[in-house]
Amino acid sequence: MKDPCAHCEEMMQPYLDRILTDEEMSEAEAHLDECEYCRRRYRFEESLRVYVRQAVSEQMRPELKERLAALRIPLE
Amino acid sequence: MKEGATVARVEGDPRAEEAEGAQRIAAGARDRVRFEEEALALSDQVFRVARHLAGSREEAEDLVQETYARAFRSWRSFQPGTNLRAWLLRILTNLNIDRGRRRQRAPQTQALEANDYFLYDRLAENGDGVSDEERVVERLSQDDIVSALSAVPHDFRDVIVLVDIGDFSYQDAAHILDIPIGTVMSRLHRGRRILKRELAESTVQEGA
Repeated sequence: MKDPCAHCEEMMQPYLDRILTDEEMSEAEAHLDECEYCRRRYRFEESLRVYVRQAVSEQMRPELKERLAALRIPLE
Repeated sequence: MKEGATVARVEGDPRAEEAEGAQRIAAGARDRVRFEEEALALSDQVFRVARHLAGSREEAEDLVQETYARAFRSWRSFQPGTNLRAWLLRILTNLNIDRGRRRQRAPQTQALEANDYFLYDRLAENGDGVSDEERVVERLSQDDIVSALSAVPHDFRDVIVLVDIGDFSYQDAAHILDIPIGTVMSRLHRGRRILKRELAESTVQEGA
C-alpha cells in the first residue's frame, strides 16, 4: 500500500487541472479533508500558479500596438 | 413568374456582372477588415505569450510584428469560427522555430525535477515559522519567477507558457506546437516541476 500523502502529491497537478476521473477526484478530496499537510500544499500550488501568471505578465508597449495597426492592408 | 426570374439571370449581362463583382469585392473587404480588427484586439494576449516563448522583449516584439504581417497577408487561410488566438500563436511559433531557435538550443541534458511538494517545503522551512500558503508564495520575487521561467528548457517552457500563462487548452497547445496531446501533458507536468526546482534554487541563493 502506497503512502497516502505521496499518492495525493501525484494527483495534485491533474487535480488542479481538473482532469482526474470522478473516482480519483473523490479519492483526492477524501484525503484532503482529513490531511492538513496535503491541503496546505495544494493551496500553495494554487496560489503559486496565480502568482506566476501575474509575475510574468508584461504589458505590450503602445508603440508596438501602433506598429501592428499600421501593418493592416489598406483598402483599395 | 418563372419567366421573369430567368430573364434576370441572363448570362453575359455586363452591368449585372459588374454589380455582382463589386458586391463580392465589398464583402471581401468587409471580411478582411473584420479579421484585422479581431486579430488586433488579441494583440495584448499574443504578446504576453510571445514574451516568454522568445528569449527577450525585443525578440518578442519582432516576432509579434512578423506574425501580424504574415497573418494580414494570409487572412484567407483562417477559418472563421475557429480559435483566432491559437491560429496567430501557431504562426508565431513557426516563425520562432524558423529563426533557428531550435538549432541554438543547448544539447538536451536531463533536466532535474523537484517533487510537487518540494518548493513549498523549501520555502516554508526558511520561513521563520510562517507556513501560511499565500505568505509563503510571496517569498518569491517577480524577478525570481521571470528568471526561473527563462531557465526552463524550451520544450517544457513553451507548454507552460501556452497553458499556464496563455490559458490555452491542451488541444490548442498541441496544435500550436504540432505535438501530440499526450506530449503536451507530460511536458507540462515535468515543466512545472522543473520550474519549481529553479524557483527553489533562486531562494536558496538569496538566503546564502
